[in-house]
Amino acid sequence: MSGGNRRGRIGQEQIILAIAIVVFGVFSVLIRDFLSAGNIVSMVQSVSVLGILGLGMAITILGRGIDLSMVASMSVAIAWMLVQLNAGAPLAQALPMAIAFSVMVGILNGILVAYVEIPAIFATLAMGVTVYGFGKYFLVESDVNHLPEAWRWLADLVAARPLGLPVPVIAFLGCAALAHLALRYLRDGRFIYAMGDNPEAARTTGVPVRSMMVLQYVISALIALLAGLIMTMLVASMNTRIVSGTLVYDVILVVVLGGISLSGGRGGILSVVVGTLLIGIMLNGMTMLNLTFTAQNVIKALILLFALVLDTLINPRDEQTAQQGDI
Amino acid sequence: MDYKKMVKTGLACAVLSMTAGVVLAQDSVAPSYYEALKGKKVGFVPISMGFDLTQGWLAGMQRQADDLGYEIIVRDPNWSVESGIQAITSLIEEAPDLLVIQNNDNQSYNRLVQQAAAAGIPVIQVQQSVETKSDAYIGPDWYRIGTVTAQALVDKCGAGTSGKIAVVEGATAAPASILMKQGIEDLVAKNPGVTIVSSQAADWDASKAFAITATVLQQNPDLCGIAGFWDVADTGTAGAIREAGLEGKVVLATSGGGSREAGCAKVESGEFSVYNSYNVAGQARDLNDAIKMLLQAKLPAGSAPFALLSPLVQITKDNMTPSSCWTLDEIGKSGG
Repeated sequence: MSGGNRRGRIGQEQIILAIAIVVFGVFSVLIRDFLSAGNIVSMVQSVSVLGILGLGMAITILGRGIDLSMVASMSVAIAWMLVQLNAGAPLAQALPMAIAFSVMVGILNGILVAYVEIPAIFATLAMGVTVYGFGKYFLVESDVNHLPEAWRWLADLVAARPLGLPVPVIAFLGCAALAHLALRYLRDGRFIYAMGDNPEAARTTGVPVRSMMVLQYVISALIALLAGLIMTMLVASMNTRIVSGTLVYDVILVVVLGGISLSGGRGGILSVVVGTLLIGIMLNGMTMLNLTFTAQNVIKALILLFALVLDTLINPRDEQTAQQGDI
Repeated sequence: MDYKKMVKTGLACAVLSMTAGVVLAQDSVAPSYYEALKGKKVGFVPISMGFDLTQGWLAGMQRQADDLGYEIIVRDPNWSVESGIQAITSLIEEAPDLLVIQNNDNQSYNRLVQQAAAAGIPVIQVQQSVETKSDAYIGPDWYRIGTVTAQALVDKCGAGTSGKIAVVEGATAAPASILMKQGIEDLVAKNPGVTIVSSQAADWDASKAFAITATVLQQNPDLCGIAGFWDVADTGTAGAIREAGLEGKVVLATSGGGSREAGCAKVESGEFSVYNSYNVAGQARDLNDAIKMLLQAKLPAGSAPFALLSPLVQITKDNMTPSSCWTLDEIGKSGG
């Protein structure tokens, strides 16, 4: 039930960290200015939204769930907030409504998984489609929703650098630290690991498994909302089209890449940070090398495959490490 | 001439002139015009409803359809090429009098355009065209948008600047994106003072445009200008410029449908330095004109293809007027 790897064993997290360091080293030799402080900050900033989403996803996966509705609930909640702002509503109304919407989605996800006992992958997949459909039909008419000019200062905040770091980077690192501490030291955090490791045993030992599951999905929906707010600050708009894109898979990728097992209970927040950083380093370096979109995709895919192969070689699967439900 | 004869002649003249008057008042145009359009069915398959271009076209087309008593059948594939193929296939089965389709690329709907023509249904392609020419193409000359965008940057990034420009492309496989890029490269090649230091695809996405621009600005802090490919994605490009504290220092030239929110508002706030609008309100008018022409002419489908390339309007802070851009509300009320 331990979140980390056993002492002395090389886990996927360490492998990905090593690959990240190697890739980082190669880029710093190849690219002038790659090592500048400004570039390193910008590298983290470009993946901070992905990383924040990854934290929420990690919490659900650690508890042997998954939240495929994150991107849909994020984009609809934020787009609805922008629609309200554009209609002249104050932020003090629009933001709480968006929060309420996200909490509602989280509770519904939790009820479907915990009480109706639908497997999380199907429940949240269906919820994502439902949220998007409901949102597009009742709340948000257009795909692209711009931040109104009156609220431009929200976007301008992004240029402010408290602590010398951009707001998205602070949000990502802050959330990661909070999630790490909560999972490690709070009772509910340990419960999530217990549930992920063995839900039956957790229930027998008195963990309120069903209500914990609901909580878990509410947290992931709220984290998604935060990621959406950061995204809106960066690009001054929200395009609900991202729901039909690959963002949700990218989020699962950074989570799994760093070594969080899809079967729950194994891995930690550091895994998400490491996975996110590797993606950030690759995106940044390949953009600086001005590689084409297709070449970038090929290289990204090869490095990821390499990481998986290396992990299988170092940690071969056997009866003891394999778990029921492992994907 | 006796009195009786005079009366008779007068009467005859009066009768004649009255008949002539009736003949003159009998319009030779309007009845057949209304008849050609009344009760007709026009199928519309955009790549997705719900964004400024398609909403603007539909608002304009719907207004004319309501006015003239024909029907617009909208099938929304929501960004999915497969759904689009299904929608067009089933529409061909339903045999509307005309099809308006927006292509995702220059391949996917190629066979469907041929099938529609074989079934005798005229097709208007909008914004992007497949290889098969159909009855009408309405949309921009993408190559020209590329050259115009690049020219704006060449003008501002001449002597005294670094001459460095970056290109934030659309999707690498989209013909619109390929043509714009070609236009930019060709024009830059003729101007040795200007160099392209980076050319990256943002996949029409604001977040990706942000990430690319942020990185490029780190690598080239002396960057003079950026060529963007679409206003919606370039809110992200502008965001990265703002975040780097370079607003007003880096020239951002981009293009789009000319909606007030996505276009003029950004020019006014200084986020876009130069904005080339292909004016969706004008395109809606072009669509309506093409619909009226094709439904009246009744030529065999595909027999006389023509194009109406959307005129470009270059909008900057200096020449912008309240009517430079449009809103959906305006098109719905009085456009098209």
